[in-house]
Amino acid sequence: MELLKRNAVPLLLVAAQWPVGWLLSQTVNSYYLQIIVYIGINAMLAVSLNLINGITGQFSLGHAGFMAVGAYVSAACSLFLVNGWPAALALPAILLAGGLAAALAGLVVGLPTLRLRGDYLAITTLGFGEIIRVVILNTAAVGGARGLGGMPPLSDFASVYACTIVCVLVIWRLVHSPLGKAFTAVREDEIAAAAMGIDTTRYKITAFVLGAFWAGVAGALFAHFIGYIHTNSFTFLKSVEVVVMVVLGGMGSISGAIIAAAVLTVLTEALRFLADYRMIIYSVLLIVMMLTRPGGLLGRHEITQWRFWSSRTAR
Amino acid sequence: MLTIRNLHVRYGAVHALQGVSLTVAAGEIVTLIGSNGAGKSTLLRAISGLHRPSAGEILWKGAAQIETLAPHRIVALGLCHVPEGRQVFANLTVRENLDLGAYQRKDKAEIREGIERAYTLFPILKERQQQLSGTLSGGEQQMLAIARALMARPELLLLDEPSLGLAPLVVQTIFKVIQEINAQGTTILLVEQNAHMALRIAQRGYVLQTGKIVLEDSGKNLLNSPEVRAAYLGD
Repeated sequence: MELLKRNAVPLLLVAAQWPVGWLLSQTVNSYYLQIIVYIGINAMLAVSLNLINGITGQFSLGHAGFMAVGAYVSAACSLFLVNGWPAALALPAILLAGGLAAALAGLVVGLPTLRLRGDYLAITTLGFGEIIRVVILNTAAVGGARGLGGMPPLSDFASVYACTIVCVLVIWRLVHSPLGKAFTAVREDEIAAAAMGIDTTRYKITAFVLGAFWAGVAGALFAHFIGYIHTNSFTFLKSVEVVVMVVLGGMGSISGAIIAAAVLTVLTEALRFLADYRMIIYSVLLIVMMLTRPGGLLGRHEITQWRFWSSRTAR
Repeated sequence: MLTIRNLHVRYGAVHALQGVSLTVAAGEIVTLIGSNGAGKSTLLRAISGLHRPSAGEILWKGAAQIETLAPHRIVALGLCHVPEGRQVFANLTVRENLDLGAYQRKDKAEIREGIERAYTLFPILKERQQQLSGTLSGGEQQMLAIARALMARPELLLLDEPSLGLAPLVVQTIFKVIQEINAQGTTILLVEQNAHMALRIAQRGYVLQTGKIVLEDSGKNLLNSPEVRAAYLGD
């Protein structure tokens, strides 16, 4: 009861997504609605990667891999396990299945690799993402190269945004909790953090597993939104796309990651009329951005702190 | 309080410490001097668990062997290390740095008390408490690094070259505070290249040369010993 009362505002916010979703489905055409849903999924990916890359400072390039694990495990789950369950039960089941499977993958990858730093960690996580993709591509049981289809459309605007809100809140509260500064300490200086009595391995693993979990949830939502998944959706390029969102938003800024996810998702669609030339515009934009605001849109600050205006962000 | 017996540390093929033994008694300031590459920082890193020794033992309070413990467990026992080169968390404020120093402490009143103590020892930190610590001067960062370590309430403080790269006047302030911290009951193991200052405030001292202890005496005797004067004090 106490817990309910303390979280009344977030819970109301989560609940509000259903009426909002209904309203949108009546007014907005389905193409725009699809983009809006993608913004939610990408925001979830960017915020969860930001916990690993931006806040804890461990450069991971394997986020698409975790997303793939979540997408495929949840899809297999809804096709073979919870087939026929009512949606209200099936949805949480597949989200949990996808998230937990990805978290487990995160733990398995994280334990041996998190002792590596910088480039080395980036390369091993990149390798992991590719391994996942190739393994799925060659597993006939989940469709292999044909892809996997036929999942019921369990996720919609409301469930995606409800999950996005929960994801952002969980990560926000974690890093702003009294002990949450320890994540930042690990990023700033691992040796000093260890010398202060911070168990650096524990924080790195926590960030990795939690980040992977939410990537898995995002994957599960994605799979059940479009109803068909293929390994081509989870290539190295997808990982890079999420990294770009994090960097563009400002490493370590949660609100920055959300804004960048929204901007980049819309931009990819808006520039579609230029066909392949849009990649040029996209890259030019990134270069200009890095020249003028090297710290990202918000630097290390949140939109709630007005400090992000000041020149101090440019570091 | 701290007893080290026959400690060996290797970095791959480099045999950095070759059988070092030393003791630190409760309440002392013990100084370890030596030139670049003698193994001073390595010794501190081994004590605080940042680098695992290949042989030998480190005894804490005569009983507990700590040479295989992880760094955070060693901090919990009451040893805190101020790493070389003022490793403050540059993008956090002074206050946040201090809060992180108290990471293992749960008692809020105690933490507040610790912060008050830090501000009494280093009044400049109070003025700067909302400033990002990367914008502090070198001396202020060193003060912050020491203050942050004290937040863990260590019984033994390991200081790695607190005078590194600082102006003589700032060095004097820092050494004065080190003595004050010691007088308040914290034992100190001090590693220094500034042999003159360090030996003057120390009860005892050790001279480390290419991984071996070559001299051990009271601070005063070492200051006057001809070998030390010739090798480290430039006489």
